Amino acid sequence: MAKVLLEMNSITKTFPGVKALDNVNLKVEEGEIHALVGENGAGKSTLMNVLSGIYPYGSYSGDIIYDGEVCEFHNIKDSERKGIVIIHQELALIPYMTIGENMFLGNEQGSKWCIDWNKTYAEADKYLEMVGLTDSSKTLIKDIGTGKQQLVEIAKALAKHARLLILDEPTSSLNETDSKALLDLMKKLKSEGMTMIIISHKLNEVSYVADKITVVRDGSTIETLDATTDDISETRIIKGMVGREMTDRFPKRHDVPIGDVMMEVDHWTVYHPEFSERKVCDDVSINVHAGEVVGIYGLMGAGRTELAMSIFGRSYGIGISGKLTLKGEELTLKNPKQAIAAGIAYVTEDRKGNGLVLTNSIKTNTTLANLAGVSSGSFIDKDKEYQVAEEYVKKLRTKTPSVEQLVGNLSGGNQQKVLLAKWMFANPDVLILDEPTRGIDVGAKYEIYCIINDLAKAGKSVIMISSELPEVIGMSDRIYIMNQAKIVGEMPASEATQENIMACIVKSGSEA
Amino acid sequence: MEGNKVLNFLRKYMMLIAMVVVVIAFSIITGGKTLFPQNINNLISQNAYVFVLGTGMLLCILTGGNIDLSVGSVVCLAGGIGAIILEKNLPWPLAVVLMLVMGLIIGMWHGFWIAYVKVPPFIATLVGWLAFRGLANIIMGGYTYSITDESFLKIFGGGDACYVPDFLANIGPASDLNKTCIVAGAIIAIGYAVYTFINRSRLIKKGYKVDSIISVVIKTILIVAVIGWLTYKLASYKGIPTVLIWIALVLGIFAYITTKTTLGRNLYAVGGNEKATRLSGINTKMVMFSAYTLMGLLAGFAGILNIARLKGSSPNYGMGYEMDAIAACFIGGASAYGGTGSIGGVIIGAALMGIINQGMVVANTPPNYQTVVKGIVLVLAVLFDVIMQMRRKGSKKTAAAETTEKGGAKA
Repeated sequence: MAKVLLEMNSITKTFPGVKALDNVNLKVEEGEIHALVGENGAGKSTLMNVLSGIYPYGSYSGDIIYDGEVCEFHNIKDSERKGIVIIHQELALIPYMTIGENMFLGNEQGSKWCIDWNKTYAEADKYLEMVGLTDSSKTLIKDIGTGKQQLVEIAKALAKHARLLILDEPTSSLNETDSKALLDLMKKLKSEGMTMIIISHKLNEVSYVADKITVVRDGSTIETLDATTDDISETRIIKGMVGREMTDRFPKRHDVPIGDVMMEVDHWTVYHPEFSERKVCDDVSINVHAGEVVGIYGLMGAGRTELAMSIFGRSYGIGISGKLTLKGEELTLKNPKQAIAAGIAYVTEDRKGNGLVLTNSIKTNTTLANLAGVSSGSFIDKDKEYQVAEEYVKKLRTKTPSVEQLVGNLSGGNQQKVLLAKWMFANPDVLILDEPTRGIDVGAKYEIYCIINDLAKAGKSVIMISSELPEVIGMSDRIYIMNQAKIVGEMPASEATQENIMACIVKSGSEA
Repeated sequence: MEGNKVLNFLRKYMMLIAMVVVVIAFSIITGGKTLFPQNINNLISQNAYVFVLGTGMLLCILTGGNIDLSVGSVVCLAGGIGAIILEKNLPWPLAVVLMLVMGLIIGMWHGFWIAYVKVPPFIATLVGWLAFRGLANIIMGGYTYSITDESFLKIFGGGDACYVPDFLANIGPASDLNKTCIVAGAIIAIGYAVYTFINRSRLIKKGYKVDSIISVVIKTILIVAVIGWLTYKLASYKGIPTVLIWIALVLGIFAYITTKTTLGRNLYAVGGNEKATRLSGINTKMVMFSAYTLMGLLAGFAGILNIARLKGSSPNYGMGYEMDAIAACFIGGASAYGGTGSIGGVIIGAALMGIINQGMVVANTPPNYQTVVKGIVLVLAVLFDVIMQMRRKGSKKTAAAETTEKGGAKA
């Protein structure tokens, strides 16, 4: 039995309104690769942020015992000093700096007043060799591919004398070959005595590389599987990940007749706006009927948002090809304005970034997408605007003292309602809801579900994008499953179970 | 909650309070000289350009803290063109139209680069700052032109004749006061009060929430008092300066645009969250373009007022005007990140700057110290804004922490 390097005991971390971690225990032995798996929002990243000091000591309860002593990390520097280095999902490299400069950013070689560049590059080259990268450390980051950039991140971590390396979704932006290379590098580092924690959605990779697998679900650690003694097949892991009971968290829709096809998207292909050779939607075909709620399930980065935004007046992506038919009429929508005019609304997943003007009032936000509805010519009828805002506040039961309240002062759930009000007032036929219940509490979720049902009853078509399986199954009439830019499955809600949806994804992942 | 109310009151009226304090301070220091009717009159005519340019600048700042550095040069270029035309004894309306068109075209030029080519506003207008100053020098050949067209000067407020004639001088009892000015002031004050209360009862009838009657009465009395006081001061000098009418017109039109039209709404929305605005189907490029186009137009108009007041044009006119306009906006509470600010704020900012400027001149402050003081005022204004925002965030943070603790206690 190897020595235990890290022990996290009954870690509990609460955010306002949400308990992100509930009594979590994790034990990592020296020299092993330990995988953390779980659905989005299960608490994996929160746990790692606690470990690395991003959430400082005192903001959570529980103990971190590392290398035999209890640790109190107040920031990343504290944990790095001990040799705990986290590599985040989004690469944190600066494109216009060299590999060497990036590797020693914040850890400059030489003295504070005079950086020793010779030493910097010599050291950098040494670590690059360790991760099997042959490029010169004077190459600019922007000139190497994402696969190599990920290796640079690891080299950077090694340069900090890491003993425990945490990799958060290290392969999410890599192709198959680069992923394989990265996993093999991990195995090589392990053989040299490195301890690693990997967070991943790709279960085939986890099975390939991990010695132990800890399953996290709803903020708790469910079980830890040992690769040498337990069954670590993908189906076994999935069972642990989703094995939660469904209760009536979802209001039922009764007798909502499903009408004709409202919108149809055919052979829809979209390329990434910056990496123009990367497809973010690959030959996607979906449709939605009047009065129907269609769910699109997929993990983060599967291309769901990209699909929705490209349909919504090409507000994302380049080189968009495919056919969009609305009420039997083929359309070419060049911008959001045309999309809104045609009757499509996109309710963003990022309500603060893309949805609301936080410095403006509820009233102003409610009418933003349909100012013409409350004005004659270019003059706003303030009375009418006020009435409209009041009407939606009542209808959606938004909790606020008045419609003049700044949206930035509302809670997440109420902000989401204002966002919905904005798009309902635009009176679309098709509503695309992107993660409509992200980051809001259970009560507000239920109310949002009721609003979705009301929309369907009113004969609207609703497309609901979500990465929460129970929500997709509970709310949809029909479900599309999306993975790695493709639709990999379609099933009526009656046939959908968490297991067979996850199976769809896993199957497509191993085919690719 | 009580603390919050005080904080909100301070936020809203801080600059107004500051202005009152400054006015009182200067009148004490100078032994009341700053409040002489002539000084009040000069305050308005000398700072006309700040009000006009500040209004345009506000539009740009609203779109996301973007500024226009070129306005001083544009004022000079437009003024130069106008002065040359007037010197040739061509009709003055032609000069006015050409100056406005010049400003408009320059505004569109900037708008094009900023909105459609995505040149950062700072750079695009820095180019304008250099190039249009140069162009002004070229067309004027480095000379100073003087303007003698009487009707032009009268209408746009130059020289001694730039007052609204006293139509009512021979009616009623004889007096030193300008009766037209008194009557106009009375009409405005009464009109304002009547409108306020009619509008309030209309809103109540429709079932809207309104401010309490006491606060409305106090506010109305204060505003009416200020109008009355200003009227009295102007009336005891030469009456209404024509330039005041132009300022009021510009401020009125743009107060309307920013609060009641879709364009105004879009300016605030773009500054508040550009992406969300674009995804709401609003042509954000057009909004940016409009802001700079209107700024250009107003710069052209400021050029007219400028050459009328100075009765001529010279290649070094308008230097540093852009900074006065920017400072007026920020002192008036516009956010350097865009999305907040108002014409009312511009009025207060411009007036405060003007009062400080003039007060220092009257108090014989050495010129070199005057700019330092102006700088300090700007810093204080911005600091106040920043502190207020931190306070707000701070109070939110403690609230969040409290919830966290409560959650923890439950567990």
